[in-house]
Amino acid sequence: MHSIIEGFAAAFRLIVSLNPELGRIILLSLQVSGTALVLATALGLPVGAFLALRRVPLKGVVISLLNTGMGLPPVAAGLFLYLFLSRSGPLGFIGLLYTPAAMVIAQFILAFPIVASLSHAAIARVDPVIRQAALTLGATPFQESLTVVKEARYAIMAGVMAGLGRVMAEVGAIIIVGGNIAGYTRVMTTTIALETDKGNFELAIALGIILLTISFSITVALRFFQRRGQAGSKGSLWA
Amino acid sequence: MGLELQIARVSKNYNGNRILRDCSFAFGGGRTYVLQGPNGSGKSTLFRILALLERGDRGTVNYLDQSVVLEDNLALRRRLTLVLPRTGIFNTTVFKNVAYGLKVRGVDRATIEARVNDALLAVGLGHKKWHRALELSSGETKRLGIARGMVISPEVFLLDEPTVNIDPANTAMIEAIILKMKQERQATILMITHDPAQAQRLGDELIFMQDGKIVPA
Repeated sequence: MHSIIEGFAAAFRLIVSLNPELGRIILLSLQVSGTALVLATALGLPVGAFLALRRVPLKGVVISLLNTGMGLPPVAAGLFLYLFLSRSGPLGFIGLLYTPAAMVIAQFILAFPIVASLSHAAIARVDPVIRQAALTLGATPFQESLTVVKEARYAIMAGVMAGLGRVMAEVGAIIIVGGNIAGYTRVMTTTIALETDKGNFELAIALGIILLTISFSITVALRFFQRRGQAGSKGSLWA
Repeated sequence: MGLELQIARVSKNYNGNRILRDCSFAFGGGRTYVLQGPNGSGKSTLFRILALLERGDRGTVNYLDQSVVLEDNLALRRRLTLVLPRTGIFNTTVFKNVAYGLKVRGVDRATIEARVNDALLAVGLGHKKWHRALELSSGETKRLGIARGMVISPEVFLLDEPTVNIDPANTAMIEAIILKMKQERQATILMITHDPAQAQRLGDELIFMQDGKIVPA
C-alpha cells in the first residue's frame, strides 16, 4: 500500500513538474493516434457514406467485414502488419518497421473499420424523409447526399470518438510494429507496459493518470455527440 | 403564373398492390386544386410522382410552360416543390432550414438573407429565426415547411396535408398563407386535405380519389 501511495505521489510530481520525457511520450502518442484517426476518418467516412447512400454490390458482405474489423484483436493486426513490413515481407523495402509511421498504419487498421462501420450505421439511420425534403427543395444528388451526411454528423462524431478511444488505449499492435524505442516510438501505452515490467511505477502511474484523463474526456465527448444527435436535445453533457 | 401539368394514365404498384390506376388529369396554370379522399386512396403517392420524387410504372407526367412540354431534369425539379406531411426538418436553425433551397441553387448571401427574412415574416416565424428547428411546435414546424417552399418561389407548390395534426390557430395561419399565395397566382397550388370545409375555402377545383383512381366530383 505504501509503495502505491509513493508511486502516485511521484507520478503527480512528474506531471506537475512537466517532465520532458513524459511530455515527449504524450506528444508522440497524440501525434500517432491523431494521424491514424484523421486518416481513418478521411477514408472511413466516405466509405460509410457510400455504403449507406448508394446501391453497392455485395454491400452486406462489405458491412460484415467492417463489423468484423471492429473487433480485430490488436496483436493480430500488429502481427500481420509486422509480416508485411519486416525485411523479408512484401513491403519490407520501404523500411517502415519500428517507425512512428508503422504505428500510424497499425492504428489506422484498427480505427478504420470502426469509423466506416459506425458512419455507415449513422447515415443509414437518417430518416428517409430528409432525402425527400432535400430533393424537393432542389438539391442535386450530391447535395442531397451531403445533407444526409450532415444530418448524421453527431452520430458520425460519436463513431470517430469511439475510434479515438480504441487507438489511444491500444498497445498490442504498436508494440509489435513500433518496437517501443525510447525517444522514437515509445508512446503512453507501451511505456506503461514496459515500466510496469521493470517495477518502475512512477512514470507508469503518471501516464496511466493522463491516459485515464484522456479516456474520460473521450467518453464525455462521446456522450455529448450522442445527446446532440437526439432530436430536440440541447446536448447537455450531464443530463 | 404557375406551370400547367398534365398526367395521363398514371399507374403505380407497390409489392403487387395497385396504388394508382390510370390517373389522368390536366391542372391549369395558376389555379388551386384540392385533392381529397380516404387514407390509402393514392393521394400522397400521386403527389410524390407529381413532385418527380418517384416515377409511375405506367403513364406520363408532363409539365408545360406556355404549352411547351418541359424536360424532366434538375431545372424542372427546381421550378416546383412539395411540402411533405412529415416535413423533413433539418437538424439546424430555422434560418438555415429556410435558406436551404436558395443555398443549393447558389444564390448569394445577401439575397438569401433578405428572402429568408421575408418568408419567415410571412409565416410568423421571424422571431424564431435562430432557434433550433427541431424544437419548434407541430404548428410552427408546418409553417416552417411552407416557408422553406415559399422562399424558392415555386411555380408548382404541392402541399401534402399542410394542416394535419395542428391546432385551429395554426390551421388558420396556414390557410391565410395559402390564400395569399392563391391571390398572387404566382404558382399552381395542389393540396391534399381531409377537411371538406377547408377544401371549399381554398380550392378553385376539388378532386376526389378513391382506390387509386381520380373519380368525378
